[in-house]
Amino acid sequence: MKAAIVQIPGSNCDQDALFGLRGLGIETEYVWHASDTLTGFDLVVIPGGFTYGDYLRCGAIAARAPVMDAVRQFAEGGGPVIGICNGFQVLIEAGLLPGALLPNVGQRFLCRTVHIKAVNRESLWTQACEKPLAMPIAHNEGRYVAEEETLKRLSQENRIAFVYCTPTGEVTEEANPNGSVQNIAGVLNERGNVLGMMPHPERAILQELGSTDGRCLFDAFAHAHAT
Amino acid sequence: MAAVKRYRVYVTLKPQLLDSAGRTVRDALNSLGFDDVQNVRIGKLIEIEAQAADRSAVEEMCRKLLANPVTEEFEIEEVEG
Repeated sequence: MKAAIVQIPGSNCDQDALFGLRGLGIETEYVWHASDTLTGFDLVVIPGGFTYGDYLRCGAIAARAPVMDAVRQFAEGGGPVIGICNGFQVLIEAGLLPGALLPNVGQRFLCRTVHIKAVNRESLWTQACEKPLAMPIAHNEGRYVAEEETLKRLSQENRIAFVYCTPTGEVTEEANPNGSVQNIAGVLNERGNVLGMMPHPERAILQELGSTDGRCLFDAFAHAHAT
Repeated sequence: MAAVKRYRVYVTLKPQLLDSAGRTVRDALNSLGFDDVQNVRIGKLIEIEAQAADRSAVEEMCRKLLANPVTEEFEIEEVEG
């Protein structure tokens, strides 16, 4: 099991992701955005940040980087991909996930701990996420929106990965930090191997950093490494 | 030398989507005494200069990069001279 952290100019959670995954015992290396191959990797992380200064739209320029063709191929082959925060925006702009992320309803950059819970419990990413999870958010454009038809499909195909909730798991308007439709915090692709989410599981790996609730997302991979 | 072609591309948020920045600006205008302002929408103006690109090429630029079809609409204006 070897993980790739894709570094794009303006990525700034790449080190957090490397630290988190290595902390879980997963062999992890950086891959530069100009690379056109992901050969030898079993897991791909698109980390958070402000790629290309968020010019044009968040993630829009990064989504056209050479490495994204390799990410697309990797995903089409069933390889697990997670995009966190700006990485989620990149996956959406690259067309690997549906919908869009707009500025938060409150027009504020939000940097705090929220609670989310897994709606889908079958994917590699979500199968081990049982209870409501505490993890940080740090974003200005996290308001998930999608066309009615897309939302219906996401729901029918069990592709809503996470929703914002209260610490006890109730999905309320108050628990929704950014105005996302249906409290959506993360979605999956059709096959369930590509996950995009605004909260930061890689920053919730160590108790010293406030929470270990992010570990369950990587359970499948940490386990694969151990065996 | 051949004249360059100039285009203005207006990218705007679809009307059914809440424009939170526009709403904040509307509130600020109201607080400055412009009480009759009911709605403000903010978009982008992108100016393009190219040697030969025709309108259909600019449309392709919009579809491939300049506008997000999920959230945005675009209008292209060719600028004379």
